[in-house]
Amino acid sequence: MRGAIKPARHGAQAWRVGLQVLLAAVIGGLIYGAFINAADNLARTHISSGFGFWNNSAGFDISQTLIPYSPGISTFGRAFWVGLLNTLFVAALGIVLATLLGFTIGIARLSRNWLVARLAGFYVELIRNIPLLLQLLFWYNAVLKSLPELRDSIVLPMGGFLNNRGLFLPRPVFAPGFSAVIAALLVGIGAAIVLQVWARRRRKRSGAPTPVGRWIAALLVGLPLAALALAGFPVAFELPQMSRFNVVGGLEILPEFAALVVALSVYTAAFIAEVVRAGILAVAAGQTEAAQALGLRSGTTLRLIVVPQAVRVMVPPLTSQYLNLTKNSSLAVAIGYPDLVQVFAGSVLNITGQAVEVIAITMAVYLTISLFTSLVMNLYGRMTAIVER
Amino acid sequence: MAVIADTPVLYVRTAPAEQLLPPPASSGLIGWLRANLFSSFGNTVLTLACAALILWAVPPLLRFLFIDAVWSGSDREVCLASSAHLEPGACWAFVRVWLSYFVYGFYPIPGRWRVDVFFAALAFGIGWLAWLSAPRRDLGAVYFFIVLPVLSVVLLYGFPAIGLPTVPTNLWGGVLVTIVVATVGIVASLPIGILLALGRRSELPAVRWLAIGFIEFVRGVPLITVLFMASVMLPLFVPQRLEPDKLLRALIGVAVFASAYTAEVVRGGLAAVPRGQYEAARALALTYWPTMGLVILPQALRVTLPNIVNTFIGLFKDTTLVFVVGIFDFLRTIEAARGDPKWATPVTATTGYAFAALFYFIFCYGMSRYARSVEARLSRSDRR
Amino acid sequence: MKRIATALSLALLLAFSAQTAWAQTLQTVKQRGQLICGANGTLAGFGLPDPQGNWTGFDVDFCRAIAAAIFNDPSKVKFVPLTAANRFTALQSGEVDVLSRNTTWTMSRDTTLGLDFAAVTFFDGQGFMVHKSLKVSSALELNGASVCVQQGTTTELNLADYFRSHQMALKTVTFATADEAIKAYDSGRCDSYTTDSSGLYGERLRLTSPNDNIVLPEIISKEPLSPAVRQGDDSWEDLVRWTHEAMLDAEEFGVTKSNVDEQLKSANPEIRRLLGVEGQFGQSLGLTNDWAYRIIKSIGNYGESFDRNVGENSPLKIARGLNALWTKGGLQYGLPVR
Repeated sequence: MRGAIKPARHGAQAWRVGLQVLLAAVIGGLIYGAFINAADNLARTHISSGFGFWNNSAGFDISQTLIPYSPGISTFGRAFWVGLLNTLFVAALGIVLATLLGFTIGIARLSRNWLVARLAGFYVELIRNIPLLLQLLFWYNAVLKSLPELRDSIVLPMGGFLNNRGLFLPRPVFAPGFSAVIAALLVGIGAAIVLQVWARRRRKRSGAPTPVGRWIAALLVGLPLAALALAGFPVAFELPQMSRFNVVGGLEILPEFAALVVALSVYTAAFIAEVVRAGILAVAAGQTEAAQALGLRSGTTLRLIVVPQAVRVMVPPLTSQYLNLTKNSSLAVAIGYPDLVQVFAGSVLNITGQAVEVIAITMAVYLTISLFTSLVMNLYGRMTAIVER
Repeated sequence: MAVIADTPVLYVRTAPAEQLLPPPASSGLIGWLRANLFSSFGNTVLTLACAALILWAVPPLLRFLFIDAVWSGSDREVCLASSAHLEPGACWAFVRVWLSYFVYGFYPIPGRWRVDVFFAALAFGIGWLAWLSAPRRDLGAVYFFIVLPVLSVVLLYGFPAIGLPTVPTNLWGGVLVTIVVATVGIVASLPIGILLALGRRSELPAVRWLAIGFIEFVRGVPLITVLFMASVMLPLFVPQRLEPDKLLRALIGVAVFASAYTAEVVRGGLAAVPRGQYEAARALALTYWPTMGLVILPQALRVTLPNIVNTFIGLFKDTTLVFVVGIFDFLRTIEAARGDPKWATPVTATTGYAFAALFYFIFCYGMSRYARSVEARLSRSDRR
Repeated sequence: MKRIATALSLALLLAFSAQTAWAQTLQTVKQRGQLICGANGTLAGFGLPDPQGNWTGFDVDFCRAIAAAIFNDPSKVKFVPLTAANRFTALQSGEVDVLSRNTTWTMSRDTTLGLDFAAVTFFDGQGFMVHKSLKVSSALELNGASVCVQQGTTTELNLADYFRSHQMALKTVTFATADEAIKAYDSGRCDSYTTDSSGLYGERLRLTSPNDNIVLPEIISKEPLSPAVRQGDDSWEDLVRWTHEAMLDAEEFGVTKSNVDEQLKSANPEIRRLLGVEGQFGQSLGLTNDWAYRIIKSIGNYGESFDRNVGENSPLKIARGLNALWTKGGLQYGLPVR
């Protein structure tokens, strides 16, 4: 008889092992079956398999390449790297912008100013409840495509152009002397770190506050500027020129790229704002009160008491938002920005026809990024865990 | 008594003092304004900046959406700039003409009542489950997870034996597909997600590692690649005879994707159930499944309901991605209609997107309000 | 009894070996009572459903012709709209019986994708469309232009090749579907849009103002468009090929939709063989002997289909050019029925 309530069975070890073996057998069988079917289907349809295509010439052009790429010579493997770098580039820029915007809005939501808090709340609700794809299409098709045509370009100061083909800015060209500026910047960073460490040690030892912020700023900005002046400004600007068909030369920002970056940052910022708000609210009010009781000023309280504790709460959800942004950059396929999915799972897949290999590689890339990030996160979590004494 | 009455009491007021007004800075409209908008110089600047932003953005938006909008017409002429209409606003006429395509796709016109019945049946099921004090919610669950799926297949796909001709899925489109994809994702992902969550917390290593592997794999890749895989690779992995339909393949992809996310949410709920509950169940000599089914899951699902709803909001928004495998969901039908040269105007795209945004916003915002009200209700009952 | 035994062994074969299922497309189609045809779905003149779901186009009519030959009913076809990206997978996986979707016959597709091309139904070539206001009259003037193109097509590869071989600078803007590419071109994102010239004429009709755009005279590639079938089913391939040849022969001999009944009485032995009055040619395809009569009766000959869908009687107005009969200086050469 099987009742709802049964006595716990002791010595059910055999059952457990049996169950697991059975499960493993079923899953293994499914995978084996899928494998056999795939091999069968592929053999029958004479689709070539393997990764031999990697070194074949790609033959198609890509609109944005961060590394040298030419359609005739470069291989499918090269196209893969171009796509991957484009994905990472758009994700990195998106993460920076989304963080800036998200922190601003998250803090604004907690503002004592009613209007500011309401406006920030409205932003979050509006953006979070509209699909990212719709927002992306809006930015691309409704905003950027309504910019003027090439011949009616908006001429920007300093010789830039803005039209529906993109934003064209003067491109800095560095003369050899510029390495001195880089060196000065590196020296400045090194000196700033040394100064910071020294200041912290001194504060711990003597308790005396040692403000070094101004000195650090001077080192980071002043040193490179001085080097720039000494080297006689070794930077020239290549101005974009209007030609018969296009704007040539200069720094070109494609509308596809711009739309993707804007859409990703605006969308993710709404989620980051919520993370920031929750993080700040998670710091117990007693902490602030205790700090005030100790006579700390509100700025100091925020910097030394609230922020360090809030950040520890915020970092895990923030990371998952960054990962989401990276994964969402695959929506590039909808507007023709050449990211990994568009180039590799699009053009390369269609030209080679090797779906299994191409999709597997694409997924492996995203999986690697995710797993690597969670690894770093786990390490970080271990480092910042509260050490109870 | 008399003695006291005779002595004049100099320190007692004989007439009521004149009433003072409340301090102006702390009550009334002005006090509120001062406290919330103009408490300091910086705050005043912020307030003025925000007000300027609103004044800059809202009136043109209202003009575009309502005042200058074109509500009826038969082709693009009505929405182009003319001397009578210097700056035409939203071209709602375009939406009106294409509306039935946005809702039904190419679903045959005589059979569209079937779609309407499906919408009604679905709304009924959602209402039953979402209204927390509705009668017999257990029956509601049976209806939603067993009766409704069967009914929907019969209604939408057809069942020639009872006089409903088959409508192949390549004719489905618009809101119908969006709702079908979202609902299937929800209905399939909840049970699978619960099983995965239990698997991930299982003591059996093989079960645990399989669950972890599946969940982390799916959560680590973008939905687009899962859909690509379902669309391109699935046909290769199954025997030739079982060629899955294009929509079915996308549905499998969405269900797989949503399950992994639901599993993580349910796992959070399981973790929130106090250890004492497990121990109490064990003390009652319950084995694994009765413990889970009767003690742990009901509590875990209750606490995690708001998060489950939030997962569904994400899923609802993600249905837009099925376009990559060539399925015409609501957003895709708008994209397709936008290309109609008969309606090509500078405002067509914006109008279509505004309409779509309204649709998605109403659904998602509604769901998130619901999640919040459930959350409030839960925390109230916890406090009790 | 013998028939039952045959049916039984056939069923067993079907059940136990998927291999035979591939070689039985005609059988499967007959049992299903319907042909499943992979078509374009967005290309005016070649394959496009109207809002009621009625399909029209040159490639569509070809599938109807096959259905007419098999079932004597051109409506027994289900059309599956396919993108350039998923068309081969759809054929390979058995989702469609025949792929009739302006597909270029190339060596690599023929040899590595597991499919066979039946016959060139349309000799096409890649061309360019530009905005008239650019005042460009030749593709060789496009140095430095940006070109919108659909990804995953031979078009994308030809474009890069052409600009490279003429040492011209190129800015490609690639989109996943032709629909997005043409919308981007229309909005001024690119100077030029490139695809097969047949497609250019079709897409031009969908632009905001078709007359402000011109198709340049250069043809930069060979694009022989052909229906495709799965490799390994030779008799099905034969059927698809001869559907095309029959339509060509009919045009050459002057057999049309309207006069086909009179032509049954023709004394010309070639017409008599074609229409099944003489010989057993239909049976050797697994069809009835009047298979070609059925095609012409319901669809018409090659020229009629051409004119109706893409030629003079259509909005596209594509000239016959290379697709004229060999007797009129073109390349279409119907193989003899005998």
